Amino acid sequence: MNMTKIVRTTADLFYPFCLVFGLYVVLHGHLTPGGGFQGGAVMATGAALLLVSRRYADIIQSLRQNTMKLCEAVGLLMFITAGLAGLFAGGAFLHNRLAGAGGLFGEPVAFGANPGVLNTAGLIPLLNIAVGIEVLGGLTVILLYMLSGLKESEP
Amino acid sequence: MDSLALHLPALLVAIPLFTAFLIPLAGRAGGTVRSALVILGAALTSLAGLALAARVFAGGTVLYVFGAAAPHAAIPMDSGGIPIRIIFQVDALGALMVVIAALSSLAITLYSLAAESRQSGKDGFYSMLFLLVAGVLGMVSTGDLFNFFVFLEISSLAGAALVAYRIDQGEAVEGGLKYALLSTVGALSVLMAIGILFAQYNALNIATVASRLRFGALDMIALVLLAVPLAMKCGAVPMHFWTPDTYTTAPSSITALLVVSSQASLYGLFRILFTLYGDLLRFNWAVFGWFLVILGALSAFVGVTMAIPQKDVKRLMAYHAVSQTGYMLLGVGVGLAVFADAGALAAYGKTAMAGGLFHIINHAMYKGLLFLTAGAVFYRTGTRNLNRLGGLGHAMPWTMVFFMIGALAIAGIPPFNGFASKLLIYESVFRFSPFLAILAMVVSILTLASFVKVFHSMFMGPPRAEFAGVREVPAPMIAGMAILAAFVILAGLVPQAFVDRMIAPAVNALVDRAGYIAAILGGH
Amino acid sequence: MITRLLLAMPFLTVAVLLLLALGALLFKRNLIKMLMGLSLMESAVNLFLVAIGYRQDGIAPIFTNAPQTLMVLPTVQALTLTAIVIGVATSAMMLSFAMVIYKKYGTVDVRNIRKLNG
Repeated sequence: MNMTKIVRTTADLFYPFCLVFGLYVVLHGHLTPGGGFQGGAVMATGAALLLVSRRYADIIQSLRQNTMKLCEAVGLLMFITAGLAGLFAGGAFLHNRLAGAGGLFGEPVAFGANPGVLNTAGLIPLLNIAVGIEVLGGLTVILLYMLSGLKESEP
Repeated sequence: MDSLALHLPALLVAIPLFTAFLIPLAGRAGGTVRSALVILGAALTSLAGLALAARVFAGGTVLYVFGAAAPHAAIPMDSGGIPIRIIFQVDALGALMVVIAALSSLAITLYSLAAESRQSGKDGFYSMLFLLVAGVLGMVSTGDLFNFFVFLEISSLAGAALVAYRIDQGEAVEGGLKYALLSTVGALSVLMAIGILFAQYNALNIATVASRLRFGALDMIALVLLAVPLAMKCGAVPMHFWTPDTYTTAPSSITALLVVSSQASLYGLFRILFTLYGDLLRFNWAVFGWFLVILGALSAFVGVTMAIPQKDVKRLMAYHAVSQTGYMLLGVGVGLAVFADAGALAAYGKTAMAGGLFHIINHAMYKGLLFLTAGAVFYRTGTRNLNRLGGLGHAMPWTMVFFMIGALAIAGIPPFNGFASKLLIYESVFRFSPFLAILAMVVSILTLASFVKVFHSMFMGPPRAEFAGVREVPAPMIAGMAILAAFVILAGLVPQAFVDRMIAPAVNALVDRAGYIAAILGGH
Repeated sequence: MITRLLLAMPFLTVAVLLLLALGALLFKRNLIKMLMGLSLMESAVNLFLVAIGYRQDGIAPIFTNAPQTLMVLPTVQALTLTAIVIGVATSAMMLSFAMVIYKKYGTVDVRNIRKLNG
């Protein structure tokens, strides 16, 4: 259904903030509470905001099911590929070779209390990003499917 | 190549998962690309499974530590002597289950390529199929309690989604919902038990928890919370009520895979009774042995009596699946009941357990074959009602031959594999309790009677006018059935080779609790 | 006494939630309400998992600006998160099943949708 202009404007306004906050939770998953699933869920909340404020027909213009399905599959493939990369780097599946090795997410961490450096933890932020993409896609697909089931009963 | 062999346990789960998530992408490139990917994924999964099993049977338990610098480092240097990572631990029993899953999934995937070719939504179907396979393979190879729960849930969810695959029929969705509801309640019960165990022992690794178990009141509650849902998921009477509905409404290929998945639950039940709670000095073996024996005898008898009057061929087979599960529980239960008595264990206990375990693999093969033939008949005729079928023997000779092989095997007629395992069970159970052995034989006779009826009403008689256009099913379906039929015949002709190479090591692994613990923690 | 009662509170809550969930699953005839009971059961188990992870004076194992180094082992929190993720998938799937059933039968009353007998 199409809600009032106030609701629609607020949803439009909050949508980018939801996405950015979700992205923050995903990227800082190895430093603060949160992580891939939580951040992905926050991002999907942004999509849910749009979904409750507008008609299904308007929504699928901007949130295409196929794109979201692609997100889901690509995120999961990234996760498994990251696991297999550990295997081909000489360790076990999901072995964290990048941690403390310099380069991408490779800064060594000082022991004990520290202010937290984003560029640490090696494989873990990469896995968080993969899961974030996957959860954003998966939850949005679920929401879109459920809404597409409802659309026939609309007045 | 050798380094790749080291990583087989990880590949065993990674390959089906990778294939499952690649399928939606491949589906965009077209049906042919997707089919090729499905065949490749199934073949690689089976290859990894069989290679891993060969390694285990040749060289003993295989460990795999996820995320470690080296896959064998079960206990990290700075962890204080406890395994902190997720560990896959495949012993001979797990390897036996991996063989079952590998062979069945290959046959079933080939079969579905043709059987589901007329359906839409194939991307989702094959993704879920591979997720289910990954769940089953993970369940039987993991050495971690929580990991077991995760794979149990993966297989349950994928299974429920597949049961409801023909979503245009209300019944299918109902069957899927029933399966999902029961599986979820069962899995939550398992999770609760895992929580109870973790709260006391600060460990999730099966070997570590087993070595610390104190058998207090809370542990007994945890045992009930673990054993009951797993017994339900393997379809034992009196918790069998979901099997007929679910097995009937699922596509036939999926039913065959659900049989394998229910046997993974059976594996979990055995693992928990023998390895987790299997302390010879402190555990009351006889009580739990009799628990399994009674569950088994009830399942065998109630299953077959419920099967006989059924008119729907898949419903009938589903009740037979309950009945056959009874044999496995009976065989292993007898072994458990006499476990504390070394003389009786050597004399007939181990034979009974070998019979039970051999029956698991045999049942997966011939029951899978039977469900696939039922699916083949449904594929061509569009009905599962025995009263409306008839005279198909002329039009579908291959299907008829495969059905005959499966039916004779399930009834325990030599020279098929069902006879080999049932003979082991009869011999040993007779020395435990003659009454139970006679009951087991009566169940076999009733099974034979039931399948003679089915065979007669499906394939015999003059060709019917309404089935005039019926032809043999496409080649991939025949190939899938042929893989299972070949195993049924092979295991029936040379049963001793299978018993010596696979079943006996599996029995030894099942009873060797100290060995399982030592593989992780080292020493005694 | 009060402290012990307070420490037992989460477990009492778990028990109450479990009873409510079982009641909903066994006695409710509305499919949606049964699924709500299932969600309640999930929450009960999750609460149980988090409750057993409590340690006196321990802090969350977040090194960023940590005031002390006595931290709890976050295994149960990880388990709970995994269980929540699985729960989301379960709920989503079963609610979609309920939607399809409502479309087919026009009702979510389990007494009227039992086409499968037994």
